[in-house]
Order: sequence, then structure tokens, then C-alpha cells
Amino acid sequence: MCLGIPGQVVDIVDAEQSLAKVDVNGVRRNISVRLLADDNLQVGDWVLVHVGFAMAKIDEHEAATTLDQVQKMGADYVNEMEAFTSSEIR
Amino acid sequence: MKFVDEFRDPAAARALVKSITELAGTDHFKFMEVCGGHTHTIYRHGIEHLLPEAVELVHGPGCPVCVIPMGRVDDAMWLAEQSGVIFTTFGDMMRVPGSKGNLIEAKARGADVRFVYSPLDALKVALDNPERHVVFFAVGFETTAPSTAVTLVRARALGVRNFSVFCNHVTIVPPIKAILESPDLRLSGFLGPGHVSTVVGLRPYRFVSQVYGKPMVVAGFEPLDILASVHMLLQQIREGRCEIENQYTRVVRPDGNTQALKLMAETFELRPHFEWRGLGFISQSALKVHPDYAEFDAEAKFEMPGIRVADPKACQCGEVLKGVIKPWECKVFGTACTPETPIGTCMVSPEGACAAYYNFGRLHRETAQLLGQRG
Repeated sequence: MCLGIPGQVVDIVDAEQSLAKVDVNGVRRNISVRLLADDNLQVGDWVLVHVGFAMAKIDEHEAATTLDQVQKMGADYVNEMEAFTSSEIR
Repeated sequence: MKFVDEFRDPAAARALVKSITELAGTDHFKFMEVCGGHTHTIYRHGIEHLLPEAVELVHGPGCPVCVIPMGRVDDAMWLAEQSGVIFTTFGDMMRVPGSKGNLIEAKARGADVRFVYSPLDALKVALDNPERHVVFFAVGFETTAPSTAVTLVRARALGVRNFSVFCNHVTIVPPIKAILESPDLRLSGFLGPGHVSTVVGLRPYRFVSQVYGKPMVVAGFEPLDILASVHMLLQQIREGRCEIENQYTRVVRPDGNTQALKLMAETFELRPHFEWRGLGFISQSALKVHPDYAEFDAEAKFEMPGIRVADPKACQCGEVLKGVIKPWECKVFGTACTPETPIGTCMVSPEGACAAYYNFGRLHRETAQLLGQRG
């Protein structure tokens, strides 16, 4: 029910009726983009799709930042352990 | 799949788990998630088995299907059985048991019950069938309510006369508050609902940290999102902070979705109170169709039975929904209550904690021992 899946806008079908065509993993369907009326949606934008509606634009820059943060959260510990393992204190 | 696969990288997950284990140390933390989507991801990817013993994930009342009381399901079935009605619903509501069976059984007995993916599909059924009356079973938190709102506005714009909504939308803040007020629970923090937050933003949760002193991290739905959010919660606690943080920044904006909130305010009103399965009556926790849109309100157009039905005695959904017991601790889990023969809603919806555990849970030694002890 909360399932929101990422889709890419491939066509603005009817701007006035807020209808766009999105591609979700190869499947193309029309959805309503009424909730993103303020977001100046373009072909090529990625959106979160839920029950036939675009809920939010997916910010690609933020997605990359999140992945970096995830890597960093894990790396801190791994780096620390590597450094500790390399220690030759006698 | 873009924006999905990258957030499932196993190497990153392993490194994150190591960091989490180090941060958690020998203390014990209980984090609650209040979103069916999170429950589903956690079980599907075995996240609670990846996490160290020190970190326990508890499932709260985050499944909007699971919290609908049996009496409301009975009302839905009554509507479906009215002559001339086409009853449209999301898939996961179709097998939720009322006191006289479920919607699929009503369909087998001749009611015209149809699955729809979107409320807009339900509206299309109304447009295609002008001589019938189409009712849409509106279920879901604030993630889904805006979609119903847009559909109502569109129905009005098109002058549709044969469409109404049986509104069972619920809101996220009241149950979180009810959980925080509950004496049974000692939580360390919350994983905040990712998609509800795309609509409502972060501000509604401020009371969690400011009034109740618990940290919350609004989390995405992929394994790395959940692990990162757990890490962020532990980091907050270790650093003596107590904040509402956003891990799901790629879709959640602090102010939410203004268009969605505006349309919801136009088409819905808060009910004074609403019954939640397992949590009892909670005030201002659910939506009804706004009087301005009364021509689309199924409760205004039909005289529904509206009878309150108590849960079956064997059912412990309430305790599972509050995170007091785990699915396998319910007396009827896996025996009388299975996905094929569900007694309670936690087992029916794929996002219910019991169904998620039944379908994806990996039985590890302690659980096997526990089940063995119950004989």
C-alpha cells in the first residue's frame, strides 16, 4: 500500500489534465502528475509513483549524496578496523 | 532498476552493519517503524537478522489495512452487496476478514467487486458504467489520501453522478502519539514513515522529540536506507541529540507536498474519532469526505449498518500492532491464522507484520526453540 516505485517521465500526455506517461522498469503507463503541479515536470525527470500518482520528484543529486553517506557510515568502521589491524605496537 | 538496486548493495550493507554493531555496543535499543512498507522490507531482506542483538526492530501500527476494524469491513461488504453497485478496492483489502467473510467471498456470492490499482481507475469504471453506482474503498494513510482527493476533484469537474468514496483514510500522528502514551512500551526511537512524509513533511513529527524526547529518522524503503537510518538513530543517541532527521532526502522535502495538503484540506475533514483495530478509539485520527463533496460520500448516500464488531478472542493483532508481542508470539500464528486462512488483519495484508514474517521470516534457532516450547 505504501509502495512507491521510481519511474521516469517519458511523455507529457496532457499538461492541462496533469497526465504523464512514465516508464517503470520497462512498463509504460499514464499517471496523474497533479500533485507535482508546482514542480515543472519535464520528460526525463524521475518520480515516485504510488497508486497511479506521482508523489514527488526523485532528486538524483540527493540520491547520490545518500549513497555516499551510506558508504561513509560503513567505511568509517571498516577504515578504523583496517588501521587498527595495521598497527604494530609492541 | 535505477534508484532501487544501488540501495541494495550487499557490501555496503555489511559495512553498515559492522558500524551499527560498534555503535550499539552492549546496550539494548528498540526502534519502532510505523510503516507497512518498512515492515515488508525488513522481513523480505532479513534485516532484523543482520542487525546485532543490541538493536531490536519493533513493528507498529503502520499498515492502514491492518488497522481497519471488522465492522468497517462488514460495511464495505454491505455496500458491495447493494444492487447496482460496483465495489472497487485495492487488492490488499480483498481478503481482509469481516464478521461474515471477506470481499472475495462476497464476489463469489455474486457481488460486483473489482480490483483497481488507482482511485482514478475506479472513477473510470464509473464513467464506463453510467447506469451503475461505483463505490471506491479508500484506504491508506496520508500517502494515499491525496490520490483520493485528486479523484474527488476530478469527479466534480467531470460532473460524475454515479461515484462515491467509502473513506477509511487514517492519519499517522495520532497512533504515534498513542504508542508514545502507552505504558507497555519502552522505545529508543522511531524509523519515520518514508512515503507519508513526502506528503506531510517533517514538521508534524516534532512533538516526538520535543515532547516525548525520542529521536526519529524518516527512512527510505531499500535495505541500505533502513540500515542507514538505524545508524543515524544510534549516532543521535550516542551524541546526546534528539531530533527529527531525514534519511530519505531524495524524495522527502521538509515541507512535504503543498499541492497534496491543499487538495486534502479541500476534500476531507477530520473525524472526531475513529476506531483502530488493536488501539481502540483515537480522536482526530481519520478522514471523512468533506461536506462540500457530500455527493461523493458513500456514508452520506447509503444507510450502512455501521455495527461495531469486536475482534475474535483468539486474535492478538492489537498487541502485534503495538509492538508488544512479535508475530510468532501470537497464540494462533501459523496454526489457525495463516495467509490462506487469516483471522486478523496483520496476516492478511502483505505489509502486516505477521504476513511479512510468515512469508519472508527466516526461522532461526531461538524462534524454533520458542515455538517448540509452546508445543
